[in-house]
Amino acid sequence: MSTAPALKLSGGATIGGATIFGPVSLEAPAGEWTCLLGPSGVGKSTILRLLAGLGDEVAFSGEMGASDRVPLDGRVALMAQSDLLMSWLDVTANVCLGARLRGQAIPRDRVREILARVGLGDHAAKRPDALSGGQRQRVALARTLMEDRPVVLLDEPFSALDARSRALMQDLAVELLAGRTVLHVTHDAAEAARLGDRVLLMSRERIASVSPPGASTPRLYDAPDTLTFQGRLLRLLMAAQ
Amino acid sequence: MRRSVRIAGVALLALLVWHAVVTLFELPRFILPGPQLVLATLWTSRALIAEHALVTGVEVLLGLGLGAALGFASAILLTASPLARAVLRPMLVFSQAVPVFALAPILTLWLGYGLWSKVAMALLIIYFPVTSAFFDALMRTPPGWLELARVMGATPGRTLWRIRVPAAMPGFASGLRLAAVYAPIGAIIGEWVGASRGLGYLMLLANGRARIDLMFAALIILAILTLALHAAVDAVCRRLWDS
Repeated sequence: MSTAPALKLSGGATIGGATIFGPVSLEAPAGEWTCLLGPSGVGKSTILRLLAGLGDEVAFSGEMGASDRVPLDGRVALMAQSDLLMSWLDVTANVCLGARLRGQAIPRDRVREILARVGLGDHAAKRPDALSGGQRQRVALARTLMEDRPVVLLDEPFSALDARSRALMQDLAVELLAGRTVLHVTHDAAEAARLGDRVLLMSRERIASVSPPGASTPRLYDAPDTLTFQGRLLRLLMAAQ
Repeated sequence: MRRSVRIAGVALLALLVWHAVVTLFELPRFILPGPQLVLATLWTSRALIAEHALVTGVEVLLGLGLGAALGFASAILLTASPLARAVLRPMLVFSQAVPVFALAPILTLWLGYGLWSKVAMALLIIYFPVTSAFFDALMRTPPGWLELARVMGATPGRTLWRIRVPAAMPGFASGLRLAAVYAPIGAIIGEWVGASRGLGYLMLLANGRARIDLMFAALIILAILTLALHAAVDAVCRRLWDS
């Protein structure tokens, strides 16, 4: 993995003439975990899609890219709310999807190592339909790690999980994605309070930074500081629109 | 097991109703023969029927195999090339506006009285359902998968072969299931128009000689062949693509 750059975006976006978000400015510092929190429909996912090079339908006016001015193509990995596992491939083949799609050799040892790190060492030959929701999302995390990209974009990847699986996945993701520039879109104040080195609160007109507690991430879900911060974020979220 | 008992029950009921209708209305055997007579003919003419059934079976299997392969290839071509879509799609739809029945005499003229005009009929009749079902499925790949592939830096060719095609196989399977039922219709039409062998030819011959019992016996075998083909295709598709 090359050195992680910071991500910058400033500008506004429209789809078919309708404003998605007004001129806003966002910065995700290099090698840190930035949570982008906001109500539904303010364009959080659109920002992620633009940075991933996907938003063909979006008319964006402004500037965006990496702080080192090298294009983001090929330096980004994406993890979405849906695990996007291929039902006809086993866990190993799903984890190697990127290499298979680029026609590269499959590094078997690395696959085994990564599967062991996400705790799926014994499930390598299973099909996705034999796994639980939490396990499937861990396969998706393993697939993201296999890509070994310096920038990781997360689009509510844990929101469909039950509370316990979600907390475990959050711990695992913070551990395994350390050192990468992570931009994590979420609408869950508790999640942002646990995971964000930086927390950005987005409304349609602006993006504001909210300073999190000093404790290192993943913060304890029941620590008073975390809970207070969560409450504060939720209050700001209620006021934003 | 319970399913086969149910099917046997329904078949028995149908035979009873058939028998009752023939007895009640005193229908002559050259209008509607009773089930006993048809079953007796089925037994006494078994060698004759089997010989013709084999011919029809080969025509149907060849038509199904070739039609499925051609449909598969066409759907992939339509998916991969916008030019092919622009040129071929209107032609495909237009080809469906021409009744296949009307083409049968021409096919016989071109390909002769033998096997291949019937294979061509079966192929023509299944080509559109297979192509259309598979193509629709290919165009409905979940967008999330395509976006993931794009972020991963996949080439369009590998995205097609490794994601779109496998994801669309259930669609191809439903096209094949339809084809298994349509292909025998094509072969029979071909045999009606001009043939010297096959179940369609035998039915026409029996009809002309007022051997309605033989006609029904051939019809029953045709129905059984079609059901068996559908069941076999269904079993293969289930095993391969629907989990």
